[in-house]
Amino acid sequence: MAEKYGPENIIVLLGAAEAEAAGLAAETVTNGDPTYAGSLAGVQLGLRVYHAVEPEFKEAVDPAVYDEQIGMMEMVLDVDSIIAEMKSIREQFCKY
Amino acid sequence: MMSYAVVKGSGYVLVHTPDMIYHNGTTQTTEKLTNPDSEYLKKLPEHIRPYEKVVNYGPNQVYIGNLTPEDLRKYEMPWYDKDIPGASRFGKFGEIMPQDEFIALMKMVDAFDLVKLDKGFTAMVKEKMMNHPLFKDDVPKLKEGEDLADIEKYIQEQHAEGLYHEGKLVGCVKRAHDIDPNLNAHVLFENLVVKASGALAFKHLIDKNNINVADIDYVIECSEEACGDMNQRGGGNFAKAIAEVVGAMNATGSDTRGFCAAPTHALIEAAALVQAGVYENVALVAGGATAKLGMNGKDHVKKGMPILEDVLGGFAVLVSKNDGVSPILRTDLVGRHTVGTGSSPQAVITSLVTTPLDKGGLKITDIDKYSVEMQNPDVTKPAGAGDVPEANYKMIAALGVKRNELDRQDLGTFVEKHGMPGWAPTQGHIPSGVPYLGFAKEDLTTGNLNRVMIVGKGSLFLGRMTNLFDGVSIVMERNTGKAETAGASISEEEVKHMIAEAMRDFASHLLKA
Repeated sequence: MAEKYGPENIIVLLGAAEAEAAGLAAETVTNGDPTYAGSLAGVQLGLRVYHAVEPEFKEAVDPAVYDEQIGMMEMVLDVDSIIAEMKSIREQFCKY
Repeated sequence: MMSYAVVKGSGYVLVHTPDMIYHNGTTQTTEKLTNPDSEYLKKLPEHIRPYEKVVNYGPNQVYIGNLTPEDLRKYEMPWYDKDIPGASRFGKFGEIMPQDEFIALMKMVDAFDLVKLDKGFTAMVKEKMMNHPLFKDDVPKLKEGEDLADIEKYIQEQHAEGLYHEGKLVGCVKRAHDIDPNLNAHVLFENLVVKASGALAFKHLIDKNNINVADIDYVIECSEEACGDMNQRGGGNFAKAIAEVVGAMNATGSDTRGFCAAPTHALIEAAALVQAGVYENVALVAGGATAKLGMNGKDHVKKGMPILEDVLGGFAVLVSKNDGVSPILRTDLVGRHTVGTGSSPQAVITSLVTTPLDKGGLKITDIDKYSVEMQNPDVTKPAGAGDVPEANYKMIAALGVKRNELDRQDLGTFVEKHGMPGWAPTQGHIPSGVPYLGFAKEDLTTGNLNRVMIVGKGSLFLGRMTNLFDGVSIVMERNTGKAETAGASISEEEVKHMIAEAMRDFASHLLKA
């Protein structure tokens, strides 16, 4: 998809349940697969990547739909640590 | 008068199968095919627990009823490095069977002479089975055994699956057909394991609850395997096969499938069949899955832990007509994840938890205990899957907050008060809602709880026929002692209303006349 549409035109949205898993997925689409297991091993796409509980996404969508789809999980997840992890990955590896 | 059905009794068993982790668990068999020289396979033997450690393990003692789920909270995690003092093989719900006896049991339940055991091994296990409280009478079925050379020949020349104990070949499961993939040795091995472990749980259900096995009318088997041949891959039926083994002479049965949600589907079906008066006693039963042994083994080995997925699980539950004592199954308070429900966690929890509560005019806090996917977090946390029951309780609590039935700051206490730590092995259908039924019967009779909810969920998409997920739930309540009509309070009102209506009608006819 990055090749077809251009990496600058892609945003990856994650829904992982905790910071470590979100970070792993985010690193995969920015700096390349840290486990060197999949097709993105060593491929540094540098895509923009956000988690569904981050304010950047939350502010971009209809609040009623957000509340219906994600409101409950927002209470359950450790939102602060997910945001911190996502920020850190973007600051290090995001190219766009 | 239709009265609610009750949960009359239960049986829970674990089987320690250390050699089957390597030979039959799919994580390991896949690794052997794709990466035969892997570090993981080399290290694996050092991470296998001995039988004593498996018996002394806290979550296992809870599963067979020697500890309560609440007792587990007294032990700091991880639990695998702590032995439970006074732990025992047998518990009030069942037992933790060692591998050699289980291999003997596979032979005992084999109706087609497919299990072949070595002579020396047979002599050894015969002795042990003579001393087992439930299988003395079945010992002759072990016969005399075979020469090891013949067993080796079946494996080398006829694709039989080896049975190993303490690293040594002690027998095999033969294929039942030359080319039928559904009757190959691999499938028959898995199916005989389901049959044997299911029968073991059923035997304990009968033994522990003073049940006359001849009174059982119907059996619903709800595991995740399929038995049949190339013309009907899931033809069935484990239920009747297990009923035969345990001597339920007056029963027939059928298999219910729904991935991990199947046991709760089966519970609702059993309750409905009994409440409708079709049958008086319906047993649910499920055996364990060898495929899932060591499923998260790579993570456990990487973290220097023992492989904790070293047991098969099995359970059996009897649902009977209302005895005025045992907890009732509220078939009017059933939750369903329907085709149209949607997949957001919020939609899932709403459909399974709050929709049935709304039907009964109940709040989230009116359920004393929720039994969700009770996976042991000792197994799942190191594998990156988190604490599954806790995550479920947090979601239920969060929905309570959204419904203004709970303060946000009480989220944590809700999880503790209305939840339980997980104790069930990650055997798919085994941890899903049903592991609590044994304790629920006690908590709702001699204990101090009044209402619990059993929730089962299943990942249907794994079968590639739908992208949908599934789940069902049912409320279980303390028995008031009166054989009440389903929805009694409403129908009394309705009856009065109907009588009044009829009187008016009659009067108007008289006036006209």
